[in-house]
Amino acid sequence: MKNWGFKIPDSRTLDLDKEDLKLYNKIVEKVPSARRCIMCGMCSATCSAANHTNFNFRLVHHKFRMGMFESLASELDKCMLCGKCRMLCPRGVNTRAVIYNMRIILDNMYYKNI
Amino acid sequence: MEEFTKKYWKDYQKEIADDNFYYERSCIRQSFFPGSEAAFLKILRDILGKNIIDDPNQHTCTGIGYHSDIVPFDTTMTVVARIFSLMKDHGVNNFIPSCVTSFGIFNEVVETWNHSPEEYEKTKLFLKQATGRDFEIPQNISHASDIIYKYRKELKEKMPYRLVNRNTGKPLRVVEHIGCHYSKLFAKKSEGGMEFPKVLVGMIEEWGGEVIDYPERRHCCGFGFRQYLVMANRGYSVANTKKKFESMQPYKPDFIVANCPGCTMFMDRWQYTIAEMEGKTYDDNKMGIPVLTYEEMAGLLLGFNPWDLGLQLHQVQVEPLLDKIGIPYDPKDKYVGKSGNFLGEPEKPENLVTVYGK
Repeated sequence: MKNWGFKIPDSRTLDLDKEDLKLYNKIVEKVPSARRCIMCGMCSATCSAANHTNFNFRLVHHKFRMGMFESLASELDKCMLCGKCRMLCPRGVNTRAVIYNMRIILDNMYYKNI
Repeated sequence: MEEFTKKYWKDYQKEIADDNFYYERSCIRQSFFPGSEAAFLKILRDILGKNIIDDPNQHTCTGIGYHSDIVPFDTTMTVVARIFSLMKDHGVNNFIPSCVTSFGIFNEVVETWNHSPEEYEKTKLFLKQATGRDFEIPQNISHASDIIYKYRKELKEKMPYRLVNRNTGKPLRVVEHIGCHYSKLFAKKSEGGMEFPKVLVGMIEEWGGEVIDYPERRHCCGFGFRQYLVMANRGYSVANTKKKFESMQPYKPDFIVANCPGCTMFMDRWQYTIAEMEGKTYDDNKMGIPVLTYEEMAGLLLGFNPWDLGLQLHQVQVEPLLDKIGIPYDPKDKYVGKSGNFLGEPEKPENLVTVYGK
């Protein structure tokens, strides 16, 4: 194959038809308020962990919902479970519980560092 | 309901001039698709009997430089004003850019002058100081594809061929691609607006073809100026084109037609690039999907010689398409120049199958 000094990046399209909600439904079962999230980003704006790392609740929430679990476990590890985001959430989402339950589910799959 | 639809549709139609045109050629088309502009002039002059000026003094609109952030807008406005002053010299006032980028530039400049008269006065002064010339804003600016669209029914009467597969009798399945700067910048300046661009659909359906509606139909072709011009970003440009190909592949298009020089070029050439870099092709025969300009499509159906239209300079070979429509061609003449001398065959790609060099 030829090399012209550039690469063709893979598409980052999210195919909603292939969205697997099985695991996300488990989160909703445990934390029904997760459904109310409007991805406004208030949680990320106030996040203490985000001051030191690139942790982003909105992103991990979205990735989990889309079934994109790759590298998600180490992302969740950055959260200190302080719950400050929960105090600010305009939709009353129990963000802390969402993260915690994501960790448990992933732990059952392949996350061993909790 | 029908009346309401008619009233509503009026907003999506534009006024297209019918005679006395000034033709602004594209900077890049004459290298990549050299027969297209000649075919357009031939169609307008010889078949439709229109008066169209092809001025040897014309020059760039600065489009590529402007969108690459190396030409400031004041310069662009003054350069555009000089082109308009050339048009004034010829005593015509309907302007036809061949290029979609230019179409966007001319509309942007004229809109700026309409909204900010001080910019108009400033440009007048700049042009006077620099060249001693004066200009007028054209009465009508229509893209060259608008003109072919407007006269599609008249042209159909003169066409010996249709966009129909002569072996099966079924309409050819066509992917139409509208340049972003045709309808996404100034929706009201295009036929069908940004939502329902009709310019190529109108031609294809009138001439017997079937338009494919695929998910990424309105996605950018990947040109995007800076994405392509900077080599480090070039993969991003190919990735966008690839996204379109992957989306259209399941619909098995017979060919692609575009109204923009950049789109036609990239959708044609990137098929070669993807084939050589990743070994992927998007048709069953590993030859690629032929890409035509709308003038080439019209010219072929009107019975023009495919090699006079410059189809031998396409990266993806067009012979399978010519065979489907039933257009005769002489393979021996493919690489014979206007002088009658053999020009030599191009180098053969590694992965993209060609009909030459067998």
